[in-house]
Amino acid sequence: MLDNKKIAGFIGKKILRLISLLIVVSFVSFMLIQFSPIDPVRAYIGEMPVSEEHKEKLEEYWGVNTPPQEKFLNWAGDVLKGNFGISLIYRMPVTDVIKEKFAASLTLMAASWLFSGVLGFILGIIAGMKKGTWIDKAIKTYCYVLAATPTFWLALILLMVFSVYLGWFPIGLSVPIGVTAENVTFFDWFLRLILPALTLSLLGVAQIALFTREKIIEVLSSDYVLFAKARGEKGSDLILRHGIRNVALPAITLQFLGFSELFGGTVLVEQVFSYPGIGQAAVAAGLRSDVPLLLGIVIVSACFVFFGNSIADVIYQFIDPRIKQQEASI
Amino acid sequence: MSTAVVTVNRGILRALNLRQKTLLIIGFTSLLLLTIVISSIFLGEESLQTNFGSKNLNPSLEHPFGTDWMGRDMFTRTLEGLGLSILIGAFASTISTILAIILGLLSSAGKMADSIISWLVDLFLSIPHLLLIIIISIGFGGGATGIIVGVALSHWTSLTRVVRAEIKQLKTQEYIQISRNLGKSKWWIATKHILPHLTPQIFLGTILMFPHAILHEASATFLGFGLSPHEPAIGIILSESMKYLSAGYWWLAFFPGLSLLIVVLAFDMIGDNLGKMMNPRSAHE
Repeated sequence: MLDNKKIAGFIGKKILRLISLLIVVSFVSFMLIQFSPIDPVRAYIGEMPVSEEHKEKLEEYWGVNTPPQEKFLNWAGDVLKGNFGISLIYRMPVTDVIKEKFAASLTLMAASWLFSGVLGFILGIIAGMKKGTWIDKAIKTYCYVLAATPTFWLALILLMVFSVYLGWFPIGLSVPIGVTAENVTFFDWFLRLILPALTLSLLGVAQIALFTREKIIEVLSSDYVLFAKARGEKGSDLILRHGIRNVALPAITLQFLGFSELFGGTVLVEQVFSYPGIGQAAVAAGLRSDVPLLLGIVIVSACFVFFGNSIADVIYQFIDPRIKQQEASI
Repeated sequence: MSTAVVTVNRGILRALNLRQKTLLIIGFTSLLLLTIVISSIFLGEESLQTNFGSKNLNPSLEHPFGTDWMGRDMFTRTLEGLGLSILIGAFASTISTILAIILGLLSSAGKMADSIISWLVDLFLSIPHLLLIIIISIGFGGGATGIIVGVALSHWTSLTRVVRAEIKQLKTQEYIQISRNLGKSKWWIATKHILPHLTPQIFLGTILMFPHAILHEASATFLGFGLSPHEPAIGIILSESMKYLSAGYWWLAFFPGLSLLIVVLAFDMIGDNLGKMMNPRSAHE
């Protein structure tokens, strides 16, 4: 069924798409930042006293007087060699900053991605099975309210309840005061992961639960479920054999398509909890005009979203082509 | 289903059918939002005067949302912030809708245009939305202008897709083919046949865009990219409240955020209910 030619074609197409996408994304973001009133030299110097001579050198280094197209080509050439430049805030290579921060964010995102997926799926199935009852209404209301909840506000509320009022978790700062970064125990780190992950999970539940609910209702009104019922199947057996099998894959696909929102949520949540991840780095880079770092993060985030969409595509193309038709009709 | 509806329809609502109920919900929520906007405009600056005699007060009857560290009434600040958010949301949604209509109509002009526009949609969806807003707002010089442009230029994608799909489906209709055979121009067909069909979809799409625009504006402002700190925006209020969290001033964050949630929910409700009424299949349930 899966011939090598089809797979090779698929991978080839994906790689071409990724390359063309990255070129355009980096070009557009580069130009947007170039034309903004940000002065890279000023951003680099910051508060330091600098001689006129030094300043001229810096201006030459940042290419203040070279035309934007040339600057872009220089930058792109360096990027192709794997050199994203030096981050102005962290004073170290952008690639190192991103590696470190992204690893931290990835744990956070993976935890909440998994948790929200499982919880949302279960809630969706319960709501779909009990359609019209108070349980269904409660779950639906929960989802609608969550979809309207500002991420950062929920994060603030959880912070207030669990960290300030109950004192279960530390407030802000990822490393306890008086402890160097190397001495952070796994437990310390884990404690700081819980609340951000919980915030993201609670919010991520809404979409997947509503989707699963719709699908379960659709499946339960299908002919094959009617037939199964006629054979005497009922209750959890019926849901397990016919419901979950048919709904799981589309739900997983949807979850992969949500990488973009997951990233956005992470940015906000990291800001509230002072979690030292890629989101916090992005905000700092944006606010303090760290152009090389900001561009690096844009590129990485584009790859991240592309990765999620590609997995969804793999599911469409190779595992169950029916999903695409179903989702197109929604 | 019908038994569930009957049990819910107690009291005044019992006498109404779904259509009347839907209209009632739409009317009530619209009134709420309108009140917020109008009162925020008329409140003006003087109601936000600092009063150090009454700073950091708990919520009370006099100050339902409490007061901040400068003694300003949080209820007034929240109201002003919500008004500002709704206005920015309205402006951004309008711009995004106009963009969506233009791009959607353009996509029907030919294969080439169609693939360019779907490519453009994919491009805008390829980086996380919040990051996109941040980059656009930096590109436009940051501040209030930056954030408004950022929100306005990034919400057109889903509506463009809807418009494009709708046009594709409409174009297969017989009367449009007849019109074409009669020698009508593309422009004539687009404005006389296609646009009238799209109007309800576009209207609904704009309203459903609102909550996203408001939440994104608040988020970006919260992160520090948007409005300047002296504006009474919800994002600013909440990011300021973070400094006072450990002091236990919970009301500084709780009420403004809750109000924002209610406003967003109100827009969602208006959109959903309008959608129900416009959809012929569910209109008579």
